[in-house]
Amino acid sequence: MMKIKKNVAISESGYLFNPGTGESFSVNPIGVGIIQMLREGKSEDEIRSEMLSQYDIDADTMEKDLQDFIGFLKQYALIDNNDEKKV
Amino acid sequence: MKRRYNIAVTGLNAIDSPGPGIAVIRALREAASFDVKVIGLAYESLEPGIYMHDLIHRTYHIPYPSAGVAHLFERLSYIHSVENLDMIIPNFDAELFPFIKMASRLAEAGIRTFLPTLEQFEERQKTRLPEFARKYSIDVPHSKALYSASELPDITSEFSYPMVVKGKYYDAYIAHNPEQTYAYFTKISAKWGLPVIIQQYVQGTEYNVTGLGDGKGRAISIVPMRKQYITDKGKAWGGISIDDEELFSMTRRFISATRWRGGFELELMKDSSGKFQLMEINPRMPAWIYLSVGAGQNIPEALVRLAMGEEVQPYEHFEVGKMFIRYSWDMIVDVGEYHQISTTGEL
Repeated sequence: MMKIKKNVAISESGYLFNPGTGESFSVNPIGVGIIQMLREGKSEDEIRSEMLSQYDIDADTMEKDLQDFIGFLKQYALIDNNDEKKV
Repeated sequence: MKRRYNIAVTGLNAIDSPGPGIAVIRALREAASFDVKVIGLAYESLEPGIYMHDLIHRTYHIPYPSAGVAHLFERLSYIHSVENLDMIIPNFDAELFPFIKMASRLAEAGIRTFLPTLEQFEERQKTRLPEFARKYSIDVPHSKALYSASELPDITSEFSYPMVVKGKYYDAYIAHNPEQTYAYFTKISAKWGLPVIIQQYVQGTEYNVTGLGDGKGRAISIVPMRKQYITDKGKAWGGISIDDEELFSMTRRFISATRWRGGFELELMKDSSGKFQLMEINPRMPAWIYLSVGAGQNIPEALVRLAMGEEVQPYEHFEVGKMFIRYSWDMIVDVGEYHQISTTGEL
């Protein structure tokens, strides 16, 4: 299961700060929702179904956007390394 | 009642590429454990700190290090006779050598310092960085000290472009071709003398660490910072305190292996593979030292306490995500003050 690094801080408005590197990012409300679900320990499958029920979007587009976003989290080392395997 | 110290500080050039003096003074004035009267020591009449009367009680001109230790000692003895100094904090790389040389004579006169030993100072010189890195198992980019321009044509066998051309105390330029390397070599050697250092350029993100070693191998403070805004001179105009375990452990290793005494700054580059490369070790506090106060570790205060022979415990509290943002500020100064410091050497 993927986990957002414990010390990464995110505000309700979507300001994300990684205290390990000093990098900060701006995340839109959908991104904030995904990060919160990851924080809650939800699996990728659970996040997929949650997203499909919340938004008017087809499964393929949602999958592409979700993987893009997760790729971004990995690229900026916001996810714990040992938890990167897909569910 | 708190003890009151008379402390002389150099590096009052709070200009676009500032000396650390004003930041050190702000930290001293916020010290919780003592009160301070600050005496400024300046080389030039236009160093802004001279005119910051709310921070500095009185400023004196001192001779450049190139004038020799004897002249400097004589001038400091005079200042001491007027101001009864408890301590001097020198803040420039180029003046550290004479101050280290004079430290025992200053101590005999009752003026304390808390500086690296001559061996520590020499060992971390830019010219000896590769040797230093091997000894303490720290990654550094390949570098070489050149003592003559005639060595320049041969460096392409060891270095690829771009490469960094550095002065032994100060200045660094990125050269993209042989013509630029030659031009920077000439410019730097004219200003700072020889050798000039060639260092392989590393692409990456700049991180700095400041800290304080007690001279017995213990780290009293470690404050890592990521540069957020960099000027055309490569100086941080904004930065943020960070919590990177690798930077903490590398710095602890540096302090314990060298038994570093005093303040310092490590300049590092995180390369594309995520590895930290040590670019430089500055044997004094950096211009951004006031961030240490913001992050909960007043390094200048702890340095004074160590100099006074107190038992100082390592700081434990450290605030991550504290930023510094530098700014410029025009002071209005009466020409009479400029006249006074220029002619009498005191203000």
